[in-house]
Amino acid sequence: MSRTKEPEERATSRAGFSRRGFIRGVGLGSGALSAGVLEGEAAAQAPGAKVVGPGAAPVTLKVNGKVHQLSLEPRVTLLDALRDRLGYTGAKKVCDRGVCGACTVMLDGKAVYACNVLAIEAQGREIQTIESLSEGGTFHPVIKAFVDHDAQQCGFCTPGFVMAAKAFLEQNPNPSYEQVKAGLGGNLCRCGTYMGVRKAVLQAAKEMKGAPHA
Amino acid sequence: MPDTPDYSWPAVEKRRVIGKRTSRLDGYAKSSGTAKYSYDIQRPGLLYGAVLTCPHAHARLTSIDAGAAQKSNGVTAVELLAKPGEEIHYAGYEVAAVAATSEDLARDALRKIKVEYEVLPHLVSERDLAKAGSRAKPSGEQVTGDPDQAFKDADAVSEGFYGIPVINHCCLESHGQVIEWKGNQFEYWPSTQNLSGIGGDLAKVLEIPATSVHTHMDVMGGGFGSKFGHDRWGEFGARLSKKSGGRAVKLFLDRSTELQIAGNRPSLFAKIKLGGKKDGTMTVWQSESWATGGVGGGGLPAGQLPYVFRGVPNKRMTHTSVSVNAAEERAWRAPNNPQLSYVTCCAMEDLAAKLNVDPVAFFDKNLDYAGKIPGPEAYRAQLKKAAELAEWARLWHPRGQSGSGSVKRGLGIGFNAWGGLGHPSKCLTTINPDGTVKVELGSQDLGTGTRTVIAMVAAETLGLPVAAVQVRIGDNKYPPSGPSGGSTTVGGVSASTRKSTMNALAKLFEVVAPALGVPADQLEAADSKIQVKGSPSKNLTWKAACRKLGTKSIAEMGENAQRGPGGLIGSGVGGVQIADVSVDTETGIVKMNRVVAVQDCGLVINPKTAESQCFGAVLLSISAALTEERVMDPVTGRILNADMEFYKLTGIGDVGEIIVHLNREPEHDKRGVIGLGEPPVIGGIAAIANAVTNAIGVRPPVVPLTPDKVLAALEGRNA
Ligand code: FES
Ligand code: FES
Repeated sequence: MSRTKEPEERATSRAGFSRRGFIRGVGLGSGALSAGVLEGEAAAQAPGAKVVGPGAAPVTLKVNGKVHQLSLEPRVTLLDALRDRLGYTGAKKVCDRGVCGACTVMLDGKAVYACNVLAIEAQGREIQTIESLSEGGTFHPVIKAFVDHDAQQCGFCTPGFVMAAKAFLEQNPNPSYEQVKAGLGGNLCRCGTYMGVRKAVLQAAKEMKGAPHA
Repeated sequence: MPDTPDYSWPAVEKRRVIGKRTSRLDGYAKSSGTAKYSYDIQRPGLLYGAVLTCPHAHARLTSIDAGAAQKSNGVTAVELLAKPGEEIHYAGYEVAAVAATSEDLARDALRKIKVEYEVLPHLVSERDLAKAGSRAKPSGEQVTGDPDQAFKDADAVSEGFYGIPVINHCCLESHGQVIEWKGNQFEYWPSTQNLSGIGGDLAKVLEIPATSVHTHMDVMGGGFGSKFGHDRWGEFGARLSKKSGGRAVKLFLDRSTELQIAGNRPSLFAKIKLGGKKDGTMTVWQSESWATGGVGGGGLPAGQLPYVFRGVPNKRMTHTSVSVNAAEERAWRAPNNPQLSYVTCCAMEDLAAKLNVDPVAFFDKNLDYAGKIPGPEAYRAQLKKAAELAEWARLWHPRGQSGSGSVKRGLGIGFNAWGGLGHPSKCLTTINPDGTVKVELGSQDLGTGTRTVIAMVAAETLGLPVAAVQVRIGDNKYPPSGPSGGSTTVGGVSASTRKSTMNALAKLFEVVAPALGVPADQLEAADSKIQVKGSPSKNLTWKAACRKLGTKSIAEMGENAQRGPGGLIGSGVGGVQIADVSVDTETGIVKMNRVVAVQDCGLVINPKTAESQCFGAVLLSISAALTEERVMDPVTGRILNADMEFYKLTGIGDVGEIIVHLNREPEHDKRGVIGLGEPPVIGGIAAIANAVTNAIGVRPPVVPLTPDKVLAALEGRNA
């Protein structure tokens, strides 16, 4: 379908051990991962990969400006670390393989699928989650626009959409309607809120202009 | 109560809240990620559950050994869910589950469980009925009138094959729950459409009193008909927690298991032959249909065809239910209706093409065959409106005459029909001396806007702003409400809330009447005041009025007792959808230009969320028409696309425009509140398939209309 943003784009790895990277590295279909191929073995074979673990190792994550010290097995995804260890439950696990965007967070200002990034790989980088968009009781214009246009039903996909929209608008402050349709193509909604999402993103674009928000 | 108040809805011109576009109350919580789904529940010492499933479509389990899993790192409990000797009828059936201190450790443990199977023969596809053998259960032929004579007398006869496969619910929040025991009681956070009932149901199988279960759920991530029961995982999730000393266990299905076993919609295949007259009258319907809803057969009961146009005088129908080795069907928004609408409207447009009659005129003519509610005239008005909004007169060309370019544009029509009414629901309204108001119902908001509708009804009744009403739902300590299914929620909760708030207000009137010097029945609530009818300057502010309660709060119930008509709610709606597509005949790609949805739903409480329901429903139809299908591997018997890469949901860029037109004339309003969950999801698939056929001039018989199917149809390979 018309996804212009490929999942890979969201999972770009700097340090060489992104989850998708090592799956590709050993020539396995992604199906093998959930079917139970040992992730540790796969990682060990990936050319050029750093080897950490398989036991827990210290990991430092900076989330919404706050530093957290954790002890994590290297296989733990950023998503699981955020949700299960640090309590940032706004990002959701839905497909767990970089397809749906429900887990979208920002890494150094760029939208990524948190299910496709290892927590160890997010070290030293600015991690921004949906929780940062309502800190101090004020709502980011994207959130307000989603409410105004009812761009949500069950809402399970919504935090991911809001983060993707924010990242998109930071790159494309003056998007056309068609650009919005293409630019948000990395997120899926089952309830069918796309009509509201498109209008919300256009409204947010207007409101974000001249009113920068964290 | 001294007098029973007149509960009926205020006259349209008097409404200040009902009918106004209102943002959903939980909108900020959802959009900002602070809303807590059951999937987000965190408890001290939370454990994670994982499930091992059978990889075979049909097998006998011969041995199962979980010894190593029991000793695996972090594991606190193991449950065996199938015994040696047990016959398993579909891939994805749960055979064991574990609880461990992390999800990864739980999965590590699953890999250490040794299970052996004797593999048995399977059938996973119903498409070729001839191959179904003893798995096919035909029901008898049903005949009305004289179909043979009618075919002889017909001016034209059309014959076709039409298929709509099994699709999955694919709720984004998968099925599951968090359960935490405290002694002999437990806390239960499910993801459910049945908040009030699910805890008691689970208590029953666990053989504990229903009062021992405290069920909570603030918000839920999609159900679409698949989340009524506690399911097996409710049961073994509870046991895992108990075995782990009561520690909370979070057990939600992983995506693959979710798609394999947690909800699918039955298929429908049909060979249909129709006859009609030159003037566009359909005179005879003949269908041989079959369907599967999984291992139990299922699908629709015989004799449901044709959809909407039931009154055709001559009919012959057979239906066969096919059992396949796949998990049982679950209710899917408007059970069976999209399938029935699809085969009916497609076969009828084929007859219209044979007769050389414009489909709008053709359906209009045959609407005399529609039932009494909403009735032929209501449908005719909708068809006219839809044609106007879709620019039918300007854009429609006879089938296959869409110009000489390689991209062809076409339009097509689909119909819907649904019931409504309201499920049983009780509401408790409390008015406190400080003026605060809360309404409590053991209901649930699936994302449909239920919470907001409850607040709007209460605010309207009490003369308060929406923000002044605290809505409490999602907890079984509140008065029970029924499950959210069949578009019965808005009817149930709006009626119970209306009655409860009116009952509470009547009590408040009694208390403040002496201060205003008139009998209680001369009072009304408006603009945050209690005032004398006809002389609004004689009033008390809401706060002042409530202060007169002294130390005693008012607490009054209201009930929507039954699914019967009662003035506040209604049933029996219809809708017409028209799709406008462009098909690239070189690539086979279908582009959705526009879908028009004209829909009746009685009195509309919140147009904003009502429209969202329609947008969502249309998008589901587009998905089902163009991309979604559960693909079974005939060799292994497994689902090939139990993931979200290949189980294709429509994306945000795949759709052009959707125009929703809600019928809100006085004649619709006076029917009362009617649910909108199901009806708009029904007709779109037919409309899109008809539009594609109109564009390319031949019918690709089986949806979803992926490029391969479109190209096959163009090349005359209609397999
Ligand atoms: S859960 Fe990460 S992309 Fe779907
Ligand atoms: S709002 Fe339910 S999945 Fe998007």
